[in-house]
Amino acid sequence: MTTITPINASSSTGGEAHGDHGEHGDHPDLRMFGLATFLVADAMTFAGFFAAYLTFRAVNPLPAGAIYELEMLLPVINTSILIASSFTFHRASKELMRGAMGACRGWLLVTALMGIAFLGGQMKEYFELPFGLTDNLFASTFYALTGFHGLHVCLGALMILIVWAQAAQPGKFTPQEHFGIAAAELYWHFVDVIWVILFALLYLL
Amino acid sequence: MTIATPPSQTPEANLSLQPTGWLKYFSFSLDHKVIGLQYIVCGFLFYLIGGALAGVIRTELATPISDFVSRDTYNQVLTLHGTVMIFLWIVPVINGGFGNYLIPFYVGARDMAFPRLNAVAFWMIPPSGLLLISSYFIGGAAQSGWTAYPPLSITTPAMGQILWIVSVLLLGGSSIFGGINFIATILKFRQPGLKLMQMPMYCWAMLGTSILVVLATPVLAGTLILLSMDIVAHTGFFNPASGGNVVVYQHLFWFYSHPAVYIMVLPAFGLVSEILPIHARKPLFGYVTMVYSIMAIVVLGLVVWAHHMFTSGTPPWMRLFFTIATAFIAVPTGIKFFNWIATLWQGRLALNSAMLFSCAFILQFVFGGITGVALAQVPFDVHVHDTYFVVGHFHYIVYGGTVFVIFASIYHWFPKFTGRMLDEKLGRLHLALTFIGFNLCFAPQHWLGLNGMPRRVAEYDPQFTLINQISSVGALLMAISTLPFLFNVVISMVRGTPSGPNPWRALTPEWLTSSPPPVENWKGAAPLVHEPYGYGGPPGVMDLNQASGRDLWRNEP
Repeated sequence: MTTITPINASSSTGGEAHGDHGEHGDHPDLRMFGLATFLVADAMTFAGFFAAYLTFRAVNPLPAGAIYELEMLLPVINTSILIASSFTFHRASKELMRGAMGACRGWLLVTALMGIAFLGGQMKEYFELPFGLTDNLFASTFYALTGFHGLHVCLGALMILIVWAQAAQPGKFTPQEHFGIAAAELYWHFVDVIWVILFALLYLL
Repeated sequence: MTIATPPSQTPEANLSLQPTGWLKYFSFSLDHKVIGLQYIVCGFLFYLIGGALAGVIRTELATPISDFVSRDTYNQVLTLHGTVMIFLWIVPVINGGFGNYLIPFYVGARDMAFPRLNAVAFWMIPPSGLLLISSYFIGGAAQSGWTAYPPLSITTPAMGQILWIVSVLLLGGSSIFGGINFIATILKFRQPGLKLMQMPMYCWAMLGTSILVVLATPVLAGTLILLSMDIVAHTGFFNPASGGNVVVYQHLFWFYSHPAVYIMVLPAFGLVSEILPIHARKPLFGYVTMVYSIMAIVVLGLVVWAHHMFTSGTPPWMRLFFTIATAFIAVPTGIKFFNWIATLWQGRLALNSAMLFSCAFILQFVFGGITGVALAQVPFDVHVHDTYFVVGHFHYIVYGGTVFVIFASIYHWFPKFTGRMLDEKLGRLHLALTFIGFNLCFAPQHWLGLNGMPRRVAEYDPQFTLINQISSVGALLMAISTLPFLFNVVISMVRGTPSGPNPWRALTPEWLTSSPPPVENWKGAAPLVHEPYGYGGPPGVMDLNQASGRDLWRNEP
């Protein structure tokens, strides 16, 4: 038997009842859930790239002269900067939860600058590498992977700068309501984790 | 022009705020019902284009020599036919179209979880479709088939291939946005009190489909980005001449494109599971096994891709693994098949167009499934790989399977879309023509393939002429079958019998509101349907046309 029970007789009065979704009402905020699902999809793009890279390595022997000792100092510094920037972002949201908007904005700016420093380091590395985009399979894969990740860092730094600017308006973000910052933080940690895997595969393996 | 879900004051105000007039279908509407119909109508227009392209293919193949179009044009036509039919007709309509229309009803919500993302996802489709088709007129369309295998896709003219890649990337993005929206809506946007195992089966089908979309589509996107770098920047990922590896492309491509078959056919399973119980007046047989079968198909569907590559130098262990995994998919699929048969068994069947199209689906899908299991066996696959056997098998799955379900669903839900019934006589004429035409067109292709006629070639051995001509006659019948359908839709929209809110005496929530439904789906409270398939109780206990929701609740034994 079907039961059809009125769940709330007044549900058409905006914003007061269950089932009233859209611009109004008290339905759950699903934006973080949506972002997390999107990041799963994004991670699958990287997974495809990683699988391609590993298969290339396993199956396609590189020609002589195409095996490089990669310079490690700059990438290691870069990696430390990116990992540290996850912690500074975490610090920013802790300040936000305490309601200290000034400190929160400060840490956000530090995080964004660290992201930009990472991009600068990446750029410097690109100019110093002994191979170009089309030299061989390893070179192409190297640029494709780091480039696609760099694009993500670019976007993340931009997002952080945007929420940093938005946070200047009083009341824009509160300890209870701060989707912009939370979304940027989740995204930033994601980009960070991807880099750690990428670094291990490209430089250490 | 934006039509957002308005904050309503009273039920009457709610009704009067419903956007009226045909212009709303050309607007950036956020109403899931408008978006659903936008998907369906837009997809149907692309179906007509893809069908015309199929007509070109079958006309060319009516004679063994290349005389109707040039060989280059033939390659472009078959590439466009495949891409249009998959990415612009079946995937958008069976996912985006019916999904957007029905899922919010089924979870008891007034819209999707992310209405704006939803509208964006739809409006990515027309431009990318136009981009794809326009590539034919500017320098020629892609020629490497819908699979775009390198090195073919690297050596054919670059312009068409790049436009093809951009178009498919946009369509993939649209698909991912849609998938995220469906997952959030089904898992997180359900009405309080509606448990997962009480949802109509289409919700489960769309949940499984969306998981596949979110996991598999990004891999295709990444692959196509690498392929475009090979074409534009002359890198060598997939180009053996520069030390690259073509088989890696095939792996990555099929990691998406095999699940894509389930992305096209799982929603069809869901829709059939909605249609059969209503017209057989029986509960859906084996609800729980249906749910687990869908999830098993999702998991197995992700680990069978290399059965498309048995002739690509696949090592023996890989052949063994993918043969076994593929054969396993027949188990959950078989469970669903027997559940549908058991749903029909001893039902009080209404043999209307919706039911007949669904039954044709069951018949043809099983045939396509059996040839699919055969194709999973390496010795057989090596024999028929890239022949017309594969073409026949594939069309039995996506046309005999999915497209028949799309038509069944249009006959079933047209009263809800418009408030008017479709004409039954024209519907049966449509069914007869489609059924005969389809089987005449594609069944002989199995014979052609077994005897060695390769696919994707404009010329063939003259000994195959007669069978090809039979197939072409079938294609002509399928083309003609569209006419009674179009006529039926246009006439019924204006002059059809008014259907009332619930012409099928159905129990699922989309029927418990007016036809067409108001902007926020229900005036007043959303009904909470615990048993969407509670048909076939003793007569007199429940008459939905008479009873109000509260009466039904009180009468529950």
